[in-house]
This record gives sequence, C-alpha cells and structure tokens, in this order.
Amino acid sequence: MSTTPGTRQPTSKLAINRLRDRRPLDDAAVDRFLARHTEVPVVEGSRCTFLYRGEADEVFLAQRIVGLPELLPLRRLRGTDLWYLVLELPEGSRVNYQLEVRRNGLVERINDPLNEKLSYSPVGTSSVCFGHGYVSPEWTEPDPDARPGDLMSMTVRSRALRRDCPVTVYLPARFRRTGSYPLLIVHDGPDFLQYAAAKTVLDNLIHRLDVAETVVAFLHPHDRLTEYADSTAHSRFVTDELLPRLETELPLAATRSGRCLMGSSFGAVASLSTAVRSSDTYGSLILMSGSFVFTDIGTDHGGGEVFDPVVKFVNRYRAKPTHVADRVFVSCGVYEPLIVPNRSMVPTFESAGMTVEYVEARDGHNWENWRDRLRDALSWVYPGPQKLYYE
Amino acid sequence: MTRTVTLLGPQRRPNLQLVVRDVDPNAAIAFVTAGWQERETDDAEMREVLGGRGVNLTLHTRWLELHERDREYAHAEREHDLVLAELRELYLTQLDHALRATYGIATAKQARPRVTRVAMRDALEVVRLIDVQHLERVKEVQQAFYDAWRPGERPEIARHRDEVATILKDADAVVIAGGHVGELTRVLHLFQVGPHLPSFVAAWSAGAMALADRVVLFHDFVPHGVAQTEVYTEGLGVVHDLVPMPHVRRRLRTDDLVRMSVLAKRFAPSRCLVLDDGARVPLAPDGQLPEGARVLNDEGQVEELGAA
Repeated sequence: MSTTPGTRQPTSKLAINRLRDRRPLDDAAVDRFLARHTEVPVVEGSRCTFLYRGEADEVFLAQRIVGLPELLPLRRLRGTDLWYLVLELPEGSRVNYQLEVRRNGLVERINDPLNEKLSYSPVGTSSVCFGHGYVSPEWTEPDPDARPGDLMSMTVRSRALRRDCPVTVYLPARFRRTGSYPLLIVHDGPDFLQYAAAKTVLDNLIHRLDVAETVVAFLHPHDRLTEYADSTAHSRFVTDELLPRLETELPLAATRSGRCLMGSSFGAVASLSTAVRSSDTYGSLILMSGSFVFTDIGTDHGGGEVFDPVVKFVNRYRAKPTHVADRVFVSCGVYEPLIVPNRSMVPTFESAGMTVEYVEARDGHNWENWRDRLRDALSWVYPGPQKLYYE
Repeated sequence: MTRTVTLLGPQRRPNLQLVVRDVDPNAAIAFVTAGWQERETDDAEMREVLGGRGVNLTLHTRWLELHERDREYAHAEREHDLVLAELRELYLTQLDHALRATYGIATAKQARPRVTRVAMRDALEVVRLIDVQHLERVKEVQQAFYDAWRPGERPEIARHRDEVATILKDADAVVIAGGHVGELTRVLHLFQVGPHLPSFVAAWSAGAMALADRVVLFHDFVPHGVAQTEVYTEGLGVVHDLVPMPHVRRRLRTDDLVRMSVLAKRFAPSRCLVLDDGARVPLAPDGQLPEGARVLNDEGQVEELGAA
C-alpha cells in the first residue's frame, strides 16, 4: 500500500502506544520518535497525545476545559524521560494549555517546549493544541490583495468617567467623507486589535464583501473590571459622550440599525448594560463569551468580588428581560465555564423579542476564539454587499 | 427605435469582441464601467476590446464629483439611502418568512397532492405580492426623493446629464460592464442614460441586470444575512419579461430543485435567463430570447430554449 507523503495512514494503534511496544525502549528510540513527530501534541483523529521530555517527579497538563480537572497527570514512559497523556478532543477543537512540572518540591508552569504554537493574551502566552479539523481561518491572516483601512486616534474628554478616554477609530479602505457608514463600538479595543487581529480581519472581510464597510471605534478601558461591570458612568460615556462625538465628526448612518456594541467577557457585560440603559439607541449587540454569571437563588455565585455587580445586573435582567436591541449575536466556547450562563441567556434574549444568532465553538475563553467568531458576528450584524456584485 | 440588445455572461473569457464587431468600425462606442466603482477608469482592457473607439461615460467619477460639489444633495442622497435600506430590511423580513413557508409547502409530504398544489400556488402568490409591493414602495420613495430634490434643476447634475447625453448622441453603441449593480443602477438613473441609449446595446453581468424592468439580487452562499433572492429596485426597462441571472452556478444552489423551481415560478411569466461564463444572448428585435438561450424551467432545471 502506498502512502502519500505528508499524510499518515490511520491505524488503530496510537503512535505513543507503538513507541511503548518498541524494544529496546531507550533514549535513542525516544529521540527517533520525537524527530518523526515534529507536531506536538500528536493529533491522531480525535486523540491528542501531549508530551513532555525531561526529568520530573510529576507532570500535569494544565487547562481549563469545563468538565475536566484543571490538572491532568501525564504518565512517564517506562525507562525513559518522556511523559505523555492522551486526551480525546472532538473535531475542530482548539485548546490552550500549559504544562505543570513538579521537581524536588518546585512547581513550574511552562509553555510546552515541544510545541511552537502559542496563544497570546494580555496576561501572557500559553501553548495551544489544534485538534483534528481545526484550521486557523485564512481571513485572520494579512491578505496582500485587501486594501488596508486606517486607524486614527482620538481622545474624548469624559465627564462621566472623569478622564480623557482614548479611542482608536478604524476607517475602512475606501472611506469617503460623503459616504454613510454603520458604526461598531468595541470594548477592550486594544486587545481586540492586538490579540484578535481585528484590523486584519476587518480589512479582509470588507475586501471580500462579507462585511459592509464599517467605521469601528475601539475603546480603551482604564479599569475594565469596574468600568465594564454594569457601570452607569461607562454607559453614559459611550451613549452620551462618545456616540454624539463620533456621529458629529464622522459620516455615520446615525440610526439604530447602524449602531452596534461589541465585547467579550466583561466587555460583553458592558455592551449589554450600556444597551439596557439606552434601549432605543443600539440596533445590534455582539456578545462573545459574556461573563453573564447569575444566581437563581442566593448570592453565592463563586465568581469573587469583581463579579458582584455583574451578578446583580444579570439577575435583574433575567428577572425582567427587556428589548434593548433588535439583533443579538451571542457566542461562547463550549470548553469555558461561561458556556452555561451564555446558553441560558439565549432564551432570555429571545423572550424579550430580540432576534438571536447563537454560535458555539469547541474553544475556550480566549482571544483566538473571539477572533475566529468575528466573521460570523460581523457578517450577521452588518452583511457585506456580496449580493450586489456581479462582475 | 428598433434596438439591438445583446446580454452577456461574465467576461472572464471575453466574448464582447464578437458582439461589437457588428458595430460600424468608424462609430464611437460609449461604455459604462461605473459598477467597478473606484476602479472605473482602469478600463484599458475594455478600450482595447472596443478597438480604441470607446468613450467611458465615467458615471461613478461624476457621482463622486457631484457629491463633492453639491454637499446638500449628497446629504439628501445619504438620507434617502437610509430610507431605502430600512425599506429593504423590512421587505427581507417579510420575504424570508414567505419563502420559507413556500419551501416548506413544496417539500411537505401530504397525502393529497392536489391540496399541496393549491397551497403552493397561494404561497407563491404571497411571495409575488410582497415583491410587487416592495418594488412599488421603492418607486414611490424614489419618486418622492426626485420630486423633493429635483435633480434636473441642480446645476451640477444638469451639467453631467448634458455631457452624458452628448456622448451618447455621438455614439452608435453602448456597452455596460458588470460590478456593483446597486451603484451602477443608481448612476444610470441619476445621469439619465436610459432615455439616450443608442440603438445598439451590449451588457454583461450587473450591466445586463440593470437593463431589465426590475433588478433581482440572488446569492445562496453569503456567510450570513438573508440569502433569499430579492427584488432590489427598478432597472432601465430596456429589456422586458426577463430576469438576467449572471454567475448562476457560482451563486445559486442549482442542485436544490425546490428552491430553483420556486425561483422560476415566482418571477413567471418573466424568464430567469442564465448568464454564466461564455453566454451570449442576442435578443430578437421584439425582445424575445433566441433559441439556445438558457433559462430556468418550472422544474427548477436549466434548459436551453428550442431544445427538443
């Protein structure tokens, strides 16, 4: 039977198990094994083999897949310094992880030295495992054919927040002062730009006609855990200070259907709470992995003090859902603990008469998940003119 | 005036040269590339195909210039676009429900086919009514806009209209390229190309769509949003009882015979004319389709006219 170069014929026996059967099982065998498997974790269908090589007392896979213990022990391959763990990951999964290595009483959390793939976030990097079938969307990579839009800086003096608020404004490539553009306001703007490739994604999706030419305002939070946790001051800043300024200075549609608030995690809470305080202003919301923690009874939500105002807000909203936008895009990773609250919010939003588009991904609470959902979200909220082009 | 009209498919494999060779070699040919928007004047290839006698009407450039010079009109047009967008949104909401119902009935497995047939006929009537009413509303809004802003009396627009009319008067033929059918139709109407069209017209893709009575948009593969085929606006009305459909194989689920059949029946008695790559459809002087033209039949299949 011939084998196409670069592909591996499926066998029932995993590579790690074939190695276990090898005799002699020594360092040279491990060397050869690692030389053959340059992509680590070794992905064989739905089974992913995580590896660590080195002296240690214990090695754990540290991850935050809801339903799994946060630390999963790797086993040492007898007679060698190779540690391994086989984890079943459904098709299309993407998992951020680190390795916890314990040696001589010392505990060290490290990125996987055998895996070059990293996930970036404001709190640092972690390794990432692409499960079978996961492909990083090509529209998240710079496309030389896509005309780039411009980023410009502005500062809005906010009486509500009592500070100067920097805002980064994205203008699409063919921006004209005489045009008329929908507006997207993005919470955690710098993080969306840096970790979710927001500018590249906008350039590409607009170029491909998937998304309408849109002006985007990226907000820079100061103390996001306060400002984004159902803060009246933040809502006043966005609706009463920022929005009028943008609509005065830029050629925006300035209609409800042409205004959208977007955010992930606490940013999603900020988007919803801003819309709740001004229910006639925004036509759409994009809520990614919203921190919509709530309690059905009692106050023990388990999220810590910073979640107290969030839980109060979400409990209040769930008790009396109101129509705060016409369309709501909700997404969440099935591996993140927030999956249950997010699923629960879908019927809540629908009960208020809002049209909801709900998308789940086999991913976690991270920026690549939110980046990968941007096409679904933006093309649903502001569909591009594909239907109008006939070359 | 007897007019010779030829509708073409996308020009990836150009066949425009086969059409314009029938035009007097000494005559000027006006052409429209406004659908290409900011690439409007990247027209070297077009000029070459037209044998160096092409004159670009530069309608998109004129429109941009108009917006720079007549800010009041530009502002009014922006507001007008918002009204049209709202109208379209409401229409699509109605249409989406009506078409889903139609597909549901078409695929329902009822014991009495006669009952299904009647329900299907009624469902199609509802869809047609929604289409007709939407087009009427669009026309009303357009008319109200023109009545309020009287474009012909605004110096900048009047100047451009005169220039366009002069070019068209000196041309024996006009060629209309594809691109953004909304922007193309807008400038064709605004600069009054329709009333001054010469006797020979060739158009492809969006250009062909703009020549019809109504512009019908279709795309089954948009990433999101309503993908239902929709009546968008009024065309130039140069060709009648036709729905020109370029890129059918790339844009429609042609293997979904239920949807394709609904599409064909919805626009009947107009014919859905398939304009895929290489298509060249010279209309008869009375506007009839020639033998060999490919249309959607009631079963949702593409068939050649005149085929046994």
